Amino acid sequence: MADIDIGKRYWLAKPAFQNLLDALRELGYQVVGPTIRDEAIIYGPIERVAELPIGWWDDQEGGRYRLRQAPTDAWFEFVVGPQSLKHYTFPPRQTVLEGNQQADGQWKLTAIKPESPPTAILGVRACDLAALVIQDRVFLGSQYRDESFAARRERLFLVAANCQRAAPTCFCKSMNCGPRVTQAFDMALTEGADGFVVEVGSAAGAAVAERLPLKLASQSQVTQVEQRLAALIEQMSQGSESQTSAEPDSAHHNGCRSQRQLDTAGLRDLLFGNLNHPHWDEVASRCLSCGNCTMVCPTCFCSTVEEVPLLDDSQVLRERVWASCFTSEHSYMASGVVRQTTRSRYRQWLTHKLAGWIDQFGVSGCVGCGRCITWCPVGIDITAEVAALRSPQEIDRSNGHE
Amino acid sequence: MSKSCAATRVSDHNAWLPTEFRIVARRNELADVFTLELAGPEPFRFAPGQFNMLYVPGFGEAAISISSDSDRPERFQHTIRVVGNVTRRLQKFSSGDRLFLRGPFGTGWPIDRCPSRDVVIACGGLGLAPLRPVIYYLLHRRSQFGAIHLLYGARTPRDLLYAEEFAVWQSQGIEVRVTIDRGDESWRGAIGVVTQLMKPLRWRPESTMVLTCGPEVMMRFVAQEALAQQVRPDHVFLSMERNMNCAVGWCGHCQLGPSFVCKDGPVYTYAQIEPFLYVEDL
Repeated sequence: MADIDIGKRYWLAKPAFQNLLDALRELGYQVVGPTIRDEAIIYGPIERVAELPIGWWDDQEGGRYRLRQAPTDAWFEFVVGPQSLKHYTFPPRQTVLEGNQQADGQWKLTAIKPESPPTAILGVRACDLAALVIQDRVFLGSQYRDESFAARRERLFLVAANCQRAAPTCFCKSMNCGPRVTQAFDMALTEGADGFVVEVGSAAGAAVAERLPLKLASQSQVTQVEQRLAALIEQMSQGSESQTSAEPDSAHHNGCRSQRQLDTAGLRDLLFGNLNHPHWDEVASRCLSCGNCTMVCPTCFCSTVEEVPLLDDSQVLRERVWASCFTSEHSYMASGVVRQTTRSRYRQWLTHKLAGWIDQFGVSGCVGCGRCITWCPVGIDITAEVAALRSPQEIDRSNGHE
Repeated sequence: MSKSCAATRVSDHNAWLPTEFRIVARRNELADVFTLELAGPEPFRFAPGQFNMLYVPGFGEAAISISSDSDRPERFQHTIRVVGNVTRRLQKFSSGDRLFLRGPFGTGWPIDRCPSRDVVIACGGLGLAPLRPVIYYLLHRRSQFGAIHLLYGARTPRDLLYAEEFAVWQSQGIEVRVTIDRGDESWRGAIGVVTQLMKPLRWRPESTMVLTCGPEVMMRFVAQEALAQQVRPDHVFLSMERNMNCAVGWCGHCQLGPSFVCKDGPVYTYAQIEPFLYVEDL
């Protein structure tokens, strides 16, 4: 369809969806999308529509993730899997510097730029787009510019998908990060019964849209998808109270009984003012300090640059790998490890995510995707821990250094 | 957290790529402490209090403060204690060798806020190294400042860094007072903690800046003594230390409360750092 306008809504019928995959590939993108591997929905290469997890739901709760056949034949009614966009913008291992020893024994150092091809990612949710915008602040927002991140970021083509369901672990609405896709997309899809309402968010998105058999969406098509999105937003705004009458498999496909909420009012000062709150000890009694939450978090950015020499010492690579504040190495100094205890590590993670981030980047580090809850092996729940830290029953025993 | 004394530069090349320098001199300072003097094709401009990431291929990086005169950027120095793989390897470097580094990084000491004020420099052990650039800076402009005191503590007389310079600094207008934890038969000076040297000073608290670097527990006591003398909390400056990996605020290791020590520090005012200074394991 020619003359694509950013801001107009188009309609892509489901039988024509393969055209989108083909158009992206023809324009030189490697296409990545949600697909099932190892009993989870992860991002993987997608060539055919059949590779999408059509008709699957992910049941999520604290410490629990299970796929099951959906009671509908919807395409995007699963929520979020363990991976996020950070795998593509900030991969778990990347070489940042290469050193080669010359014949005279001197070293020649070369900064490494990533060679990832243009990549189109399909089905990105609002929470993960919000996380990407936060990453922009982390890696591009100071006087130093992470060129590797920038290079990968610039080569992304993002096909967003508005959520159809919320898992009980989802609280993006609390964090003002969803569920509606509003930013950072090239193309956004909202699923209806037999097609998608398509919005175009960039010139790159228009270039793809021009190759698709789009029509202007009709009022009834828009109303159909908007009603459903509005119901989801309502569900996430109301939290558990509104769910008393909703069955998990009700017409709205909510699939949840109680929706988590996180009260962000005054949260920064609450956390930094309660660094010796007794609840940190209580969390520490459950936390395994495994670092899963930091790995699945779409904004966690800690890393360590490792020195990887070849055996003959002629070459060395400096590799930047994901790191976690739940390890002792993270706070290692010659004089000792600063954070020896699980209590201090969990406190570091939570206060950084929800408080320190605001000082550092002007925004909370949490987008409410709920992955840290789902993938915590013991089901520690960030929303419940914050609620406990607010609890008036637990008196802060801190030393008054406010 | 606002920056106490920003001396930042916008990176003009890849943040991971070190630059090569030539070692032009090397000297042993103490049993496990040595100084490397470096020179590059161009002057290396830095602010007193900043640090560099020294890199040895095959071994890794170490964050080391710059300990020389910032008015003489043609040559600069790092005073290094052997504490790990990288510093142990650096110890073997000698004059003529090449050395890679990234920097300078971090906030500097508040030298631009010191004129017309008294300056009390209270430090311990190797904490004198990042303050030596301040001493040179003040001495070059001696007439601009009020009284200048250097209060320095070390474990034993053999652990006094830059001891041969003390008399020079004294003659140029700095009151140098030294104390040690454990004396020996030849020691005639003070024994005890640095804060004991602070009490007898003639304080003009409203116009005094206190600069401290050393073990965290020492800095806490120095800050408390300064406050007890009615020095303003935002006139007390501490140089903090945490695990440094990237030095540009990307790796997350050096966090202290809401700040990154690598770029919001290492130099903080007491007013900035106080809410986090007394929290265990933070």
